[in-house]
Amino acid sequence: MRAKRFLPLLAFLVLAALLYKGLSIDPTELPAARLGQPFPDFVKAELKSGQPISAEALMPGPALVNVWATWCYSCRVEHPYLLALAAQGVPIYGLNYKDESQKALAWLDQLGDPYRLNIVDAEGSLGLDLGVYGAPETYVIGADGRIVHRHVGVLDEAVFARDFRRWFPSVMTDEAAKKVREGNG
Amino acid sequence: MIPELGHVALIIAFMLAVGLALLPLWGSFSRDTAKMNLAPSLAIGVMLFVTIAFSMLATSFLNDDFTVAVVAANSNSLLPPIFKFSALWGNHEGSLLLWVLILSGWMTAVAFFSRGLPLIMVARVLSVMGMIAVGFLAFSLLTSNPFERLLPNTPMDGNDLNPLLQDPGLIIHPPLLYMGYVGLSVPFAFAIAALLGGRLDASWARWSRPWTNVAWGFLSLGIMLGSWWAYYELGWGGWWFWDPVENASFMPWLMGTALVHSLAVTEKRGVFRSWTVLLAIFAFSLSLLGTFLVRSGVLTSVHAFASDPERGLFILIFLALVVGGSLLLYAMRAPVVASRVTYGPVSRESLLMVNNLVFTVATTVVLLGTLFPLVMDAFSLGKYSVGPPYFNAVFVPLMALVTPFMMVGPLSRWRDDSVRRWVNELLIPALGVAVIAVAAALMSSDRFNIWIALSVLLAGWVTLGVLRDLIRRLLSGGQGKLRWRALSPSFLGMSLAHLGFAAVMLGAVVVTQQNQERDLRMAVGDVEELGGYRFELKRLGQLAGPNYIADQAVFEVSRAGELLTVLVPEKRRYLASGQIMTEAAIDASLWRDLYVALGEPIGKDAWAVRLQYKPMVRFLWLGALLIGLGALVTVFDRRYRAQSRVKATIESGALSVAS
Repeated sequence: MRAKRFLPLLAFLVLAALLYKGLSIDPTELPAARLGQPFPDFVKAELKSGQPISAEALMPGPALVNVWATWCYSCRVEHPYLLALAAQGVPIYGLNYKDESQKALAWLDQLGDPYRLNIVDAEGSLGLDLGVYGAPETYVIGADGRIVHRHVGVLDEAVFARDFRRWFPSVMTDEAAKKVREGNG
Repeated sequence: MIPELGHVALIIAFMLAVGLALLPLWGSFSRDTAKMNLAPSLAIGVMLFVTIAFSMLATSFLNDDFTVAVVAANSNSLLPPIFKFSALWGNHEGSLLLWVLILSGWMTAVAFFSRGLPLIMVARVLSVMGMIAVGFLAFSLLTSNPFERLLPNTPMDGNDLNPLLQDPGLIIHPPLLYMGYVGLSVPFAFAIAALLGGRLDASWARWSRPWTNVAWGFLSLGIMLGSWWAYYELGWGGWWFWDPVENASFMPWLMGTALVHSLAVTEKRGVFRSWTVLLAIFAFSLSLLGTFLVRSGVLTSVHAFASDPERGLFILIFLALVVGGSLLLYAMRAPVVASRVTYGPVSRESLLMVNNLVFTVATTVVLLGTLFPLVMDAFSLGKYSVGPPYFNAVFVPLMALVTPFMMVGPLSRWRDDSVRRWVNELLIPALGVAVIAVAAALMSSDRFNIWIALSVLLAGWVTLGVLRDLIRRLLSGGQGKLRWRALSPSFLGMSLAHLGFAAVMLGAVVVTQQNQERDLRMAVGDVEELGGYRFELKRLGQLAGPNYIADQAVFEVSRAGELLTVLVPEKRRYLASGQIMTEAAIDASLWRDLYVALGEPIGKDAWAVRLQYKPMVRFLWLGALLIGLGALVTVFDRRYRAQSRVKATIESGALSVAS
């Protein structure tokens, strides 16, 4: 009879242990299984040409794969920075995620197109293979075609300087770019 | 200077709280009346100094003191003053201070209203609340100091308040929600005090009942406001998302629902004693768990605060001490001897037992769904997110299950009742409701909709139970005279809350089943029909707000050729953060909402537009409002005012008419 009264305490201790373990996990981190693995195989249509493309189209790295959609407002926020990166020669591939191609094309027409290619993932199956949470997300593919980094959320100058620069050393910081402009002008 | 004053006040509050946590409790064991008598003054002292700290932080916000880190991060000189004030709790540090302020407010209220209670009880209750205050004040001072300065690198202007939070709903949603969350610490403290004293009789239940009702009522109102806010502010017309943070507030509510009912049984009949204590502990533990989930970053959510493992660890240790400590106390002190009071299988006790079970199970399934991603992650089994399909599939049937019992509950008798009596009183009207339900489902759309029929049936049954009880009470005097005095505040409160539950259920089902929405491209002059209404996009314009610029679209809505209203949805760009917000335009009425939101511009003079026709969506919030108000009404019951004179006796088992 008395032992039964300890059940709530035991249940709570299990829960507390779980929560403790949870503290050391970053829920937005890439599943460990994906990091260091090749980009998942796929055959999808390309947005503009409509031609089928596969993972080989993303080679050679290092390159960025940017998950975006027209329904995603944060994507609009990061779009100018993607254009700036593309202008500096960073190869960016788009993964147009759970979107309508008509809208996506209109978006690129209107805001500019930073992407070398765009994978159409209307039903989100490639996103599922990748472990996409939502848009925007940006992946770095290393020289050998493996995924080496993932960023969830808006990619901007600060994030790039912190996490992305080592794969793209030639990209200038804002300040450096300003200096160059001033030097030229 | 002002932030430093606030900081000092917070430190003094912390020291007073330490005194409150230790001295009266010590006195309660050493029978030292002087020490026990310190409890109310210490509680008021904590409240005063937390209020000073809070006012200092509010002053810093209103004065745009961007040397203060939280002000710089969450406010902006262009922000309207009312939002500068509410920005105080739009962040982790400030909202924690609000948490402590409300806790100290509850402590003061307990100190003030419990003068009729035995001193030893008051001392222990306030000491337990003092311990909670110590934990949260330490949390604030050690890991989340709201008064931290940004010197010497002071920014010129602040980062601005997240535009999502720049809304009147968000001024009052957190305080109301916290009133509920934190208010559950009162029944918790009473339960712990009762366990400490080893006197788990009906008296602690009677004392904590009004507090529980008020806290639970505020929690209902807070959740309702959150849902309403999400509906009009997030721009897609949803009203509940089963997001982890929503669940964090919903779980204490579900457990609280079980608690308010279980307390009634313990107070009236002296049974369910262990269960009620456990529910009181669980309800507050779930509040703390919610705080942990929201502030530690273990789960992803749209409205979690910025995560910080150090803070997470602090709350986890605190959670372990509070919950682990109380459950250990429960294991050691809970009554071993079964209650001598008995009740039959067909009785009000049994019905309330069903309520306890259903709401405990409901809490558990929501908890499992919320923590499932964490469990899978912890064992490296993959990344998951648990969405509405799971929650709807397990939660909706549970709620449907409990409603027939809600019909019978108010009419049932304590101790021993008979099914035949229920059949006599309810069968014919219950069948009548069934006919109405089928008719309503047939009329509401072209095809017979079983879900609408079921929801009308169940909501009708709950209403029927309330009405039958009302009639019985009014006629209880006999001689054809209506006995208005039989309608006590407890009865009125319970009836309002039950009607509210029926309304929420009806609204939820109807709006889910009959919602019509269309996403389309509209240019000036385009016309669209939806739900029998005609939407015409008349013109597009721009507008400059105080801290944003907006694109506007003007829609004329008409029906049968008659202009009903003009709806002006906006797409706002906030200047300081560059964030883009959708301001939906809504024409609200009791039976239907018309909802227009702008998506994104398509080309030069067209927009992607979302039109929605949402029947009976207002029933959700009106129902929740009734639930909350009903809970608050019960406090005016006369028997709580004469607490000091009430001698709690279980054995008497005498029943008053009021539930």
